[in-house]
Amino acid sequence: MDGAVAGEDTWTVAGRTFRSRLIVGTGRYKDLEETAAAIEASGAEIVTVAVRRVNLSDPKAPMLQDYVDPKKITYLPNTAGCFTAREAVRTLRLAREAGGWNLVKLEVLGPAPLLYPDMPGTFEAAKELIADGFEVMVYCADDPLAAVRLQEMGCVAIMPLGAPIGSGLGLQNPAMLSMIMENVTVPFVVDAGVGTASDATIAMELGCDAVLLNSAIAHAKNPVLMAKAMKHAVQAGRLAHLAGRMPRRLGADPSSPLSGLIR
Amino acid sequence: MPSTVTLTLNGESRAFNAPVGGALSVQGLLVLLELDMRKVAVELNEEIVPRSRYTETCLASGDSLEIVHFIGGG
Repeated sequence: MDGAVAGEDTWTVAGRTFRSRLIVGTGRYKDLEETAAAIEASGAEIVTVAVRRVNLSDPKAPMLQDYVDPKKITYLPNTAGCFTAREAVRTLRLAREAGGWNLVKLEVLGPAPLLYPDMPGTFEAAKELIADGFEVMVYCADDPLAAVRLQEMGCVAIMPLGAPIGSGLGLQNPAMLSMIMENVTVPFVVDAGVGTASDATIAMELGCDAVLLNSAIAHAKNPVLMAKAMKHAVQAGRLAHLAGRMPRRLGADPSSPLSGLIR
Repeated sequence: MPSTVTLTLNGESRAFNAPVGGALSVQGLLVLLELDMRKVAVELNEEIVPRSRYTETCLASGDSLEIVHFIGGG
């Protein structure tokens, strides 16, 4: 952990080591230029991407890969929009073929307006994907039992929500996240709920390995500037976690010596 | 007269001419559609078609294909 001071603080998921602890989504930007600029400013080394039908009437339309180079940035295909295990597994099999890698983000969602993780569907899909050789980073409820069970099944990262997807409410469950973390040994990532930089800092101060967010950057008035803010927020939170905060006390404790006062 | 192959592509029915004296392959279809093969993935009747099998996988009328790629997502 001393490495943090020397700038060598890294984390490893499924055998891949990263310096940045910020994972960003690539959705909901104005255009692909803004997407690329925000990712650059965020310093993220992993980005989530969605799998969708090609627009066959416009085959020459610019594609994400033209702006965000998968050789430099790790693409983490997600299953956003999948409401059943079957849809999620199909989607990720296609993603594996399109991208050629096994590391994926699984999310099986319940209905709008909450899009809350559907845990029975998530378990079903995780089981099938792991059996099929995928390395599954899993979006899940902030449920301590589910987290441990997903880890035991072989998921490579546990990623509970801090608040509903795209809500920007900030972490509503810091105590629960801390309690879940106690029993998770694979990377622990807060995924969803971050609204602004301080939320990301709080997640990192709790001891999360990384933070995953999208809307907080994409829906900011200035996404590129917010991406930069998030980069620093995650670094600040991480350093604060490593440094170890002072104990809270009810009452003052003077910072200046009480001896030598003039009389 | 070239024979016609009617496929369901991403949910829409489309007809293609099969090459003279042969069948339309996934490879041939992607060329006709002008798609960059390195950036897409293909599912034929809900089974993945590995890129290595594009040339040998032949299509027949009634087949249903999903052709996908990566887009921005959270």
